[in-house]
Amino acid sequence: MAGGNGHEEHTKWVMVIDLDRCNGCGACVTACAMENNVAFVGEDENAYGRGMHWLRLQRYWEGEGDDLRVRYIPTMCQQCSNAPCEPVCPVYATLHSEAEEINLQVYNRCIGTRYCANNCPYIARTFNWFDYEWPEPLNFQLNPDVTVRRRGIMEKCTFCIQRIRRAEEDAKAEGREVYDGEVQPACAQACPTEAIVFGNWRDPNSRVRQLAASERAFKLEEALGTEPKVIYLAGGRHEF
Amino acid sequence: MSSEFHPRNEEEARRVEEMKREHLLLDHRPRAEMNDMVMEAVEDTSREWKFAVIVLGLLTAVTLFGAWGYMMLKGLGLAGIRRPVFWGLFIVAFVFWIGISHAGTFVSAILRVFKAEFRRPFTRAAELMTTFGLAAAGLYPLIHLGRTWRFYWMMPYPNQRWLWPNWRSPLLWDFFAINTYLIGSTLYLYMPLIPDLAMARDRSTGWRKKVYGLLALGWRGTEQEWKHLQKGIQIFAWAIMPVMFSVHTIVSWDFAVSMKLGWHSTIFGPYFIIGALLSGIAAVSVVLFTVRATTKNMRYFIRPEHFDALGKLLLIISLSWAYFFFNEFILEWYGGEHTIKEILKFYMFGDIAPVWWTMVTCNFFIPGLLLWNRKFRRTPWLMFLLGIVVNIGMFAERYVIVTGALSRNRFPFDWGWYEPRLVEVSIVFGTFMLFFFLYTLAARFLPLIPVWEVEEGQHSHTWRRIGRAILPAVSDLESLD
Repeated sequence: MAGGNGHEEHTKWVMVIDLDRCNGCGACVTACAMENNVAFVGEDENAYGRGMHWLRLQRYWEGEGDDLRVRYIPTMCQQCSNAPCEPVCPVYATLHSEAEEINLQVYNRCIGTRYCANNCPYIARTFNWFDYEWPEPLNFQLNPDVTVRRRGIMEKCTFCIQRIRRAEEDAKAEGREVYDGEVQPACAQACPTEAIVFGNWRDPNSRVRQLAASERAFKLEEALGTEPKVIYLAGGRHEF
Repeated sequence: MSSEFHPRNEEEARRVEEMKREHLLLDHRPRAEMNDMVMEAVEDTSREWKFAVIVLGLLTAVTLFGAWGYMMLKGLGLAGIRRPVFWGLFIVAFVFWIGISHAGTFVSAILRVFKAEFRRPFTRAAELMTTFGLAAAGLYPLIHLGRTWRFYWMMPYPNQRWLWPNWRSPLLWDFFAINTYLIGSTLYLYMPLIPDLAMARDRSTGWRKKVYGLLALGWRGTEQEWKHLQKGIQIFAWAIMPVMFSVHTIVSWDFAVSMKLGWHSTIFGPYFIIGALLSGIAAVSVVLFTVRATTKNMRYFIRPEHFDALGKLLLIISLSWAYFFFNEFILEWYGGEHTIKEILKFYMFGDIAPVWWTMVTCNFFIPGLLLWNRKFRRTPWLMFLLGIVVNIGMFAERYVIVTGALSRNRFPFDWGWYEPRLVEVSIVFGTFMLFFFLYTLAARFLPLIPVWEVEEGQHSHTWRRIGRAILPAVSDLESLD
């Protein structure tokens, strides 16, 4: 298959999240919002369930008393290879990119049926309920590489596609391949414990490939056959 | 014909009188008299009627179009929907109105094909419900869009974006199914209307004469015209049935083809169709009662026998609904999937429980227990109330399916709940007003009773004497070839 990016073989971007390393600090959530111009909806709307975060920390309590433990699962769009959100969109606003093998959301095509959001088993998608304003000084930090979305359309994690493209273009200009670790999504970059690792699955020596070989590796709701491209390393107890 | 029937004694005469009172099709009146009765009803644009039209029109303008425009301007956030319940009252009302629109086709196509004689006087009243129900339903796929002004991107047309719509999307199937049904059912409403429009043309003056004349397409009532019309109606009656079934099946597929637990159910197609018929037939009894109470001469045409027949139909459909519901519920539960169990628990005991129990009570327990009673079925105002109760139940059913299933997801972190807000309640109320507005207008413009069909029925009904008994007999005037 000849791809749009000129590579003989496509890169297949995957993410590995080590739940043992995640301490639930939320830096990834903040970094993601800043990198991707995620709207600031205000406290009330966020509490009402209209937060626009592309990445959320699922928090679960386990045990009681002294055994009480809290566990976090950072969850974003799982970039399914067989994505349930794609066939239901009547206008091809959500579709698969051949070059990057990730799910695209084309904001300008979206008419806002929200069907994709209902069909996503991970509830990873967010909707622009209103036109949101960024209160000062947040309005000065908008990322020029990312579209600012208007009301009435869906959005979701893009694996920071703007960073992927930038790295690919740099590599092309210098006549080399993208090296492992060159592309870092905002969440991975911000993570203080390096719980989030990003890389090319087709590179047999990549870190993601090595990490995913762990027997702790699993995918969310794997049985559904959505073939997610986010791989989690189970945390907490290690017996399987 | 009954006019040729001579009772031999007083006993027989009384029996004949009794049956005439009971059955419209045995109670002959000359065609001219029936024409005049219907025309009198149509032209009765009283002050009350004008008042009703103005009030309903204003309410439609404000609560539907006003609220919709305001929501478009501000954003869909004015509605109560939030993650994870991305669909709310709009989709509920959409499915509800599609359901209402099934009654007309059922009454006039299926009952026509099966030659159920009681259908004759109210086929048109039911068909109008189909058209106006679809008009109300058809607005919702537009209302619920985040960017309504881009709705035409769902249509396949050559465009500068070089994009064809996605044929894998059930929403696109919806788009075509609804449009096919709207066009088909409007034509099917129109065809049997032609002779009555010609009748109205010949008996009116002024602007009415002009409009009726235009719509009657120069109908003269020749042998050839009747033959063509009958044939056309026969073809349409058969052709519209699969369209009707497909529409609600496709609406159910909006849910059933998804990966959402609680939606992904193979029984949804027939379950939705039977639900549609339940709310549709119930709505027919509501409309018939209202028409009978507010329109002149309708007590002759619409009688307790018709409510009786509708009641029997409703009973069967209510029991069928219960059967499908039971299948859907018990098999999902038996499957034992954890999330499904959470959904079912949420239905029965969660925040949505009052709605769920309303559904079971209004759709099954109330009609299932009351409709066995002949006296109940034959009391129009009771059937009117029951029709409203069943429709509340069916609205509740859609509410549970749409918002309830969305509230419980695979990850407990994604559980949520939804309560409608004023804007969406107003818009849904507004589509009811739109429906009433259109119906009220049509009731004083179109002959609500298909006079020629009633006359045809009266011709085909005769008396027979078998031993000492006098029995009505029906001969077959409609050819099915």
